[in-house]
Amino acid sequence: MAEKSGMHMEYDINKEDFNSAGEASSKVKKTLNMLGVDNKVIKRVAIAMYEAEINAFIHGGGGMAVADIYTDKIVIEISDHGKGIENLELAMQEGYSTASEEIRMMGFGAGMGLPNIKKNVDELDIRTGPGEGTDLKMTFKLN
Amino acid sequence: METFRMQYSAPKGQKRNGPVKIASGLQEPIKRYHSITLDEDKCVGCTSCIKRCPTEAIRVHKSKARIINSRCIDCGECIRVCPHGAKHAITTDLLELDNYKYRVAIPAPAIYGQYRSARSRNHILTALKKLGFDDVFEVALGAEYVSNATRQYLKTVKKEKNLEGPVISTACPAIIRLIQVRFPNLMDNMLPLEAPVEVAARLAREKAKRDTSYGDSAIGIFFISPCASKMFSQYFPLRGEKSPVDGVISFQEIYMNLRNKIKSLKDDEIEDLEQATNYGVRWPSPGGESMALDINKFIAVDGIHDVVKIFETIENSNKFDDIDFLEALACKGGCLGGALTVKNHFVSQVIMKTMRDEAKAKDRENELTDLPNRDIDYHDILWDKQLEHIPIHKLDTDMAKAMKKLERMEKIADALPSLDCGACGAPSCRALAEDIVRDEAKITDCVFVLRERVRALANQMFELESMLPPTMIRDDKRDSDSEAEHRHESLSNDVNDD
Repeated sequence: MAEKSGMHMEYDINKEDFNSAGEASSKVKKTLNMLGVDNKVIKRVAIAMYEAEINAFIHGGGGMAVADIYTDKIVIEISDHGKGIENLELAMQEGYSTASEEIRMMGFGAGMGLPNIKKNVDELDIRTGPGEGTDLKMTFKLN
Repeated sequence: METFRMQYSAPKGQKRNGPVKIASGLQEPIKRYHSITLDEDKCVGCTSCIKRCPTEAIRVHKSKARIINSRCIDCGECIRVCPHGAKHAITTDLLELDNYKYRVAIPAPAIYGQYRSARSRNHILTALKKLGFDDVFEVALGAEYVSNATRQYLKTVKKEKNLEGPVISTACPAIIRLIQVRFPNLMDNMLPLEAPVEVAARLAREKAKRDTSYGDSAIGIFFISPCASKMFSQYFPLRGEKSPVDGVISFQEIYMNLRNKIKSLKDDEIEDLEQATNYGVRWPSPGGESMALDINKFIAVDGIHDVVKIFETIENSNKFDDIDFLEALACKGGCLGGALTVKNHFVSQVIMKTMRDEAKAKDRENELTDLPNRDIDYHDILWDKQLEHIPIHKLDTDMAKAMKKLERMEKIADALPSLDCGACGAPSCRALAEDIVRDEAKITDCVFVLRERVRALANQMFELESMLPPTMIRDDKRDSDSEAEHRHESLSNDVNDD
C-alpha cells in the first residue's frame, strides 16, 4: 500500500472459530480510537465491517479482512472464497437471506447484512458471482 | 453521637472541570477530584491493581500505584483487589455532621443486606437514626420515583427520538464514566436522569423543611453508601450547581457501630421509618431497576468486565436494537457487591430475599399489587449538563502524527516479551508500548529488555577486559586475543543495531 502514508492491517477470518468472528472489526475500531478518528465515523466503520466480517464467516467460509487507513479515508476490504452471491440485487434488499436455519437460530441471517453495510459506507464496491467468492470494498471518507 | 474512626476528609469546594490532560497523569498520585485514593504507607507497589483496572488507569511508579486522573472511572475494582488495603474511597469526615443542626441519613437499600441479625428494615433504620441522625429517609423510596420517571422517559424516547439500541441505566456513576471514556457512541443511550440517591436527597430535604423550621444550610443530608464512586457525583452534579447530598459515609465505616446498635435495640424503641415498597427494596440487586419498569425486554449485566463486553457488542452491531433497557452495574452483585460493603454479595442476596418478602407482605396489606405510582415528572430530575467524551486512547491530535506514533508503538510492542508481567508498572506490554510513545515510559522499564542490554554490555566488558595493549601482549596469548577481538566486533554491531 504505497500510495501516501497510511496504516495497513490484515486479518484472517477463520471459519472454524466462531469466537474470533468480529475480532478484526474490534481491532480496527481500537486503532481508529487511538488515531482520534471521529466517533461517528468509527461507529459506521465498526458496524459495516462487523457485518461484512460475519458475512464472510457465515456465507463465505472464512477469508481475509484488510484495512488501510489514510488521513483522508479508510478503506476496508473483506474477501472470502465462498460460493459467491447469486443475485446481488436480491441480496441488497432488506430481509432477503439465504442463511440456514441453524445460523438464524444464532441470531444472524435476518437479511439485514448488506443493506446495513450500504447504509453505513460512503462507497461500496462488490465483486461477486456464482463460484467466485465475494469481495467487498468499503470506503469511508474522513475530512 | 458516638465516636468514629477518622477518615479522609473530602476536599471542600472542589469540582471536576472536564477532562484532565493525560500527559500529566503519571506525575502525581491522585488525591483530588476523585473518589479513589491511595494510602502510600500501605501500598507496596505490587501489580495487583494495575491488571484489574478496566480502563488501564493505574501505573506503578516509584513503588506506588498512581492513578491516571482522566482514565479512572471510580469503579472500585482496585479497592476490591488490593491485597494490602491500600486503596480507599474518599468519604466524608464524620465530624462534618457537626456542621449541621438537622441531620438526615439516606441509606442505600443495599444496607438491608448487610445485617443478618436485623429482624426488619425498621430495625436497621431505627438503629441508624440512633447513631446520631435526626431523621432517616430511604434511598429505596427515591429509587421508586426514578422508576416512575424512567417509565415516562422510555415512552417519550420511543416516540420522539430515533434512538438506536437500548436506553442504558445511569444509576451507577462508574458506568457513566465508562461510557464517557470508552464508549462515546453510547452517550445518547444514557438515561439522562438523576440517580435514586440524588432524588432521595431532594425529597429528604423537603421533608426536613416541612418537619422543622430549619433553613437549607442547617440541614445536612448524608448518604450511607456501599459505593466507591458516589463521591464523584457529589463533586460533579449532573443537575444543578450543587449536589443535594452533603456527605457520603461508607457502609464499612459505620458497620460495627450499627451492628451493635441493632442488637441492643428494644422492641418498644423501633420506629416506623419504612416508606419504600418491595420494588424499591429490590433495586440494588441486579435486575431490580429493570423489573420496576414494566417493560418487555431488558438486559441486566453486573461486573465491569462483563459490562465492557456487552457495550462492545452494542457498539459494533445492531444486535440489541430490540432491547428496551440495559441495566449495567459496575460491581458483581450490583450495589450489594459495592466496594464499600462488608458482607459478601452472595450472602447479602439471601438476607435481601427476607427483607423483600417482608416488604411484599406489607405491600399486600396496603393492597398494593402493582408498581407504586410516585408523583413525579421526569423533567424535574433531567440532567442539565451535557457530558463530553474524554478520548483517553487518542495518541495525538494530528492524525498523521498519531499514525506515526501508532506504528512506532506496534514495533515496540513486537520487541517486548508479551508476558504482561507488570514489572514495568504498566498493566501489559502493549500498555507499556503506548506509554513509551506518549513519552511517559522508557523501553528499559521492561526488565527483559534491560536484562538483554546488561547482558550485551557484560559480554562487551568481558571481551574488553581480555584485550591488552600491543606492548603488553606476550607471544603465548596472541592467538586467543585476536579471536576475542573478532567476536567483540560482531557483538558491538549487534548492540548498535538495537
